[in-house]
Amino acid sequence: MDDRSAVRMENVTKRFGSVVANDHVSMNINYGEILSILGENGSGKTTLMNMLAGIYYPDEGYFYVNGSEVTIKSPHDAFELGIGMIHQHFKLIDVFTAAENIILGIEGSRTYDLKEVNRRVREIADQYGFDIDPEQKVYEMSVAQKQTLEIVKILYRGANILILDEPTAVLTPQETEKLFKILRAMRSDGKAIVLITHKLNEVLELSDRVTILRKGQYITTIPTPVATEQILTEAMVGEKVTLDIDRPLPVNPQKRLEIRNLTVYNEERVKALEDVSFDVYSGEILGIAGISGCGQKELLEAIAGLQHIEEGGKVIYTDPEGNEKDLAGISVREIRNLGIHLSFVPEDRLGMGLVASMGMTENMMLKEYDRGRSPFLDRTSSLKIADEIQKELDVITPSLDTPVRKLSGGNVQKVLVGREIAAEPTILMTAYAVRGLDISKSYTIYNLLTEQKKKGVAVIYVGEDLDVLLALADRILVLCGGRQNGILDARSVTKEEVGRRMTNIVSEEAAA
Amino acid sequence: MRNKYDKPHDRVKEPLIHLVRRVDIPASKAWTIRIVCVLLGMLVCALFIMSITSLNPVSVYASMFSGAFGTGRRIWQTLKDMAILLCIGIGLAPAFKLRFWNVGAEGQVLIGGLVSAAWMITMGNKIPNVLLLLLMALSAMLASAVWGLIPAYFKSKYRTNETLFTLMMNYVALMLVEFFVDVWDKKQSHSVGIINGDTQAGWMPSLFGQQFAPAVLIVAALTIGMYFYLKNSKQGFEITVAGESENTARYAGISVPKVIMRTMAISAAICGLAGFLEVSCVSHTISSLTAGGRGFTAIIVAWLGKFNPFAMTLITGILSFLSRGANQIASDFNFNTYASSILTGIILFFILASEFFINYELVFRSRRGKEKAE
Amino acid sequence: MTLTSILAWLNAAVTFGTIIMLGSVGEILTEKSGNLNLGVPGIMYLGAIGALAGAFFYENGNPAPSPVISLIISLACALLASGFGGLLYCFMTVTLRTNQNVTGLTLTIFGSGVANFFGGSLVKLSGGVGQISVAAASSAYRAQIPVLSTKLGIFSTIFFNYGFLTYAAILIALGAGFFLNRTRAGLNLRAVGENPATADAAGINVTKYKYLATTIGAMIEGLGGVYYVMDYIKGTWDTGGGIEALGWLAVALVIFTSWKPVSAIWGSFVFGICYWVYLYIPNNISAVLAKICGNANPSHMQNLYRMIPYLVTIIILILVSKRKRRENQNPASLGISYFREER
Repeated sequence: MDDRSAVRMENVTKRFGSVVANDHVSMNINYGEILSILGENGSGKTTLMNMLAGIYYPDEGYFYVNGSEVTIKSPHDAFELGIGMIHQHFKLIDVFTAAENIILGIEGSRTYDLKEVNRRVREIADQYGFDIDPEQKVYEMSVAQKQTLEIVKILYRGANILILDEPTAVLTPQETEKLFKILRAMRSDGKAIVLITHKLNEVLELSDRVTILRKGQYITTIPTPVATEQILTEAMVGEKVTLDIDRPLPVNPQKRLEIRNLTVYNEERVKALEDVSFDVYSGEILGIAGISGCGQKELLEAIAGLQHIEEGGKVIYTDPEGNEKDLAGISVREIRNLGIHLSFVPEDRLGMGLVASMGMTENMMLKEYDRGRSPFLDRTSSLKIADEIQKELDVITPSLDTPVRKLSGGNVQKVLVGREIAAEPTILMTAYAVRGLDISKSYTIYNLLTEQKKKGVAVIYVGEDLDVLLALADRILVLCGGRQNGILDARSVTKEEVGRRMTNIVSEEAAA
Repeated sequence: MRNKYDKPHDRVKEPLIHLVRRVDIPASKAWTIRIVCVLLGMLVCALFIMSITSLNPVSVYASMFSGAFGTGRRIWQTLKDMAILLCIGIGLAPAFKLRFWNVGAEGQVLIGGLVSAAWMITMGNKIPNVLLLLLMALSAMLASAVWGLIPAYFKSKYRTNETLFTLMMNYVALMLVEFFVDVWDKKQSHSVGIINGDTQAGWMPSLFGQQFAPAVLIVAALTIGMYFYLKNSKQGFEITVAGESENTARYAGISVPKVIMRTMAISAAICGLAGFLEVSCVSHTISSLTAGGRGFTAIIVAWLGKFNPFAMTLITGILSFLSRGANQIASDFNFNTYASSILTGIILFFILASEFFINYELVFRSRRGKEKAE
Repeated sequence: MTLTSILAWLNAAVTFGTIIMLGSVGEILTEKSGNLNLGVPGIMYLGAIGALAGAFFYENGNPAPSPVISLIISLACALLASGFGGLLYCFMTVTLRTNQNVTGLTLTIFGSGVANFFGGSLVKLSGGVGQISVAAASSAYRAQIPVLSTKLGIFSTIFFNYGFLTYAAILIALGAGFFLNRTRAGLNLRAVGENPATADAAGINVTKYKYLATTIGAMIEGLGGVYYVMDYIKGTWDTGGGIEALGWLAVALVIFTSWKPVSAIWGSFVFGICYWVYLYIPNNISAVLAKICGNANPSHMQNLYRMIPYLVTIIILILVSKRKRRENQNPASLGISYFREER
């Protein structure tokens, strides 16, 4: 056995109900190397590592750490073994300071000396070049600062095996570069680093070996020097998929929405959108690019009538007959009562777009239940729509009354998108419509959107995958920190240009 | 790196019991679990009574059964207990389905009773009895609705914690009742006694010779009505959506503050109606004991019945049987009637626990080992 | 108003405040672990009946009971009984993951049932007649500090006119404040209440902290019941539901103090002053108010004055909710069960 071996897993299996998240997975992690675990969403990467970190307990299988068999029952056991994991959703206490978060759970003297902790945190920060203020409260921190805090936290505990779950998803390219530098420094220090990701470029740039999972099963491990994007993609998706999306030119585009000077404050009273103005046309897909949390959510919600728009903002809707109406400041119900078919697939499917405890039929009623004068619900028409959607989109559900929370992510999204399309919209807005879906289901969604575009619907598509945005959309609006940073022609612009605008505000002249 | 796991013989044992959340459970199995839990609870109740009396378990339940159903009068007493408790529970169901923690049913019942009593005392014999009863019922519901709207307003406007707000309102209502009892009481006895005992003005007339029949019938109708209101009405749909997720409600164009206000008005009005029934049909008096803790018990009824009025009927049935039965034993052995609270507590703990076995499955180590070998 | 009546008012406020101080400090500890225990009245009842029963069985049939032994026995029984209440709550909500509000309310029904049943029937069950009374224990609880309680004039009356539990309550509140803000275990406990998933990931045994905080919190609440039965009503029992109202006020005080045990000290005394204000409102004011209320009898106005502590709580509740400050909010995961494998 390799004496650099940090962790060895044998036949690890984990089930959630009838779903097998990991199916007899065996793999190795070594000290002094960066190992990527590559797989699509739902391939079981995170579940596997969560078992190593003590969050889940495996149903079957064995773990060996430093050559000995171990049982990891809790995160505490994992710490004792020198294993630390940085989760995608940060595990931090918002009302605590950085230092309080760092010493959380550490055993030691009964009382603690915060000054001493602060001093040691600054020491670690200086050693690796972290930018961290131990006395800052977490709720005042940016995403990158929180991630830094997470890393410092596990280093403070002396972890030698570090697992990072999609650490770059929330970072700007600059921040990503900084993180990679730190990871390389830790590798030279002899630490074992595991990077969970689905981004091929990161794998190739950073790691020494890459382990690929697909649908909960171990596929293979490849040394990075011999890996190519082609090999990795094939191993990851299993079958070769066509990457090109059908994109017809917009036919007879008409101005559908004229958005002017939109400013929105979020729940924390922070300016989430600042002075955004653009137009939306029928028969085209307008892509919206930006790092997550840059005002995309607020933008769509403001158009849908769910956000308070500051004085001076306008959302002028022009119907196919040419009648204009300013939607700013009127409610969802008023928009609906005006006869405007504005469909919206929100990011939070079960928490906003659907009622998790209701079945398909009742969910179809969500936006139509109050139609008519009767005080009682009309179930027959929604039953018909539910039935049609189930057949057309091939939704897998035991019955139309099964609570949608029990359906898989892809089927939930089909129900939601299906309902919004069935409403025969003139405007269709989607936020992260393919998040959590596998490639073939994602394509189903892309095709549905393109079909709507062909029908003359104005489609707004908020996405996170730049490749998809560039292939699917006609124009791309880039948001950067709540401000508009250029509207680009998706057919001619480069990915680098979009990426640059996502992170840096371009001066007005250059943007024009 | 050295640590305590380095030597294989030191390693920790696999946990003995491991919890798994059930994805789905057949209804028959769920009901079996519930029934087993209720029976176990009844057994513990019997053991408790055995320990303080000389009765054996069989005679405990024989005695309790006789207390609850032994005579026609006792059956009606039990039905009446059920009706008032269920009425409060029916009132609470929409509020709790909306996740509005209306802990103020005690106060809402008291206000309804107080207003009813006020009519009886001030207007008894001055207007026809039918008109008087109508005025009593309507004003009791209206007053309680207003009482319930106060916390609802602050909840929808400032998100003021409604649990504590409604709880404190209970005591304000209690003091108000005591104030009026003193005002109306002519004998300085801190009690108004039976109101209109001579004229029976404002008393609900008996039906089929049964004093409590009108209350039982009204609550039965209310139960059926609430079932359809929650399941099939547009307002019921709004309550379900807003209770599940405020964001979804906003998305669907439902005004959550409006739903909170409307639902609380309905909830409190029905609790007020329970107060009216208690005063006009059952006790013919008003005191600080008119609600008698049932506002709290009804919360548990609504919750355990999952806001399904028929399931709630079943639970109130069990509770009313236990409390009547316990009172019988208490009077046989000359104890106070608090024994019934003990039994109620025990049985509720068991019903609560049954939900755990319905939602989760216990997987034992030996069984997992077997699976591994297969 | 005379000085004597002001002093009597203050004394009554402190005595009353001690009960709800203990209740709310216990509940603060409990809520800091994320458990919203609405069983406080039930647990105070259990503590009260535990103390009373313990002292009763020792004193009954003992011709010359020692007050100190009676005190120790009753204290131990009270801690056992209230600790059992906390354990039961934890077993239901933490292990069986039942709804916290419903479980708490059930515990209140159960605790009040047990206490009032045995409070009213203990004498009869043990073959005696008449009201229950534990004079020796009560005298020990109500014993005052020698010298200090008599020799300092007005200071004695204001500050040293109470049984030892009053001072113990203040020490417990200070200790709880120190524990939460200065110790590792306190930090961990606060993390459990804020975000159990995070605490779990940090290697904190969430279940253990919830159990310990809730059970110890319940024991402190139980002491509130002990004080009520031994000091406040002098070693007897009343079935008028007095403890229940105090228990709910203790829960209200938790919000009033923004989950700070040290604030519970003065907060509870303010509540005490509000609670007794009805006895000290001058007659001429009552006469005027009674006139406004439609010529009511001035002596009936007391019923309305007794609303004051509840109305004050409501007003504070509204004011607090109107201006939200991050640090003054309830623990973020209060009321929610934690299951590690939830996904």
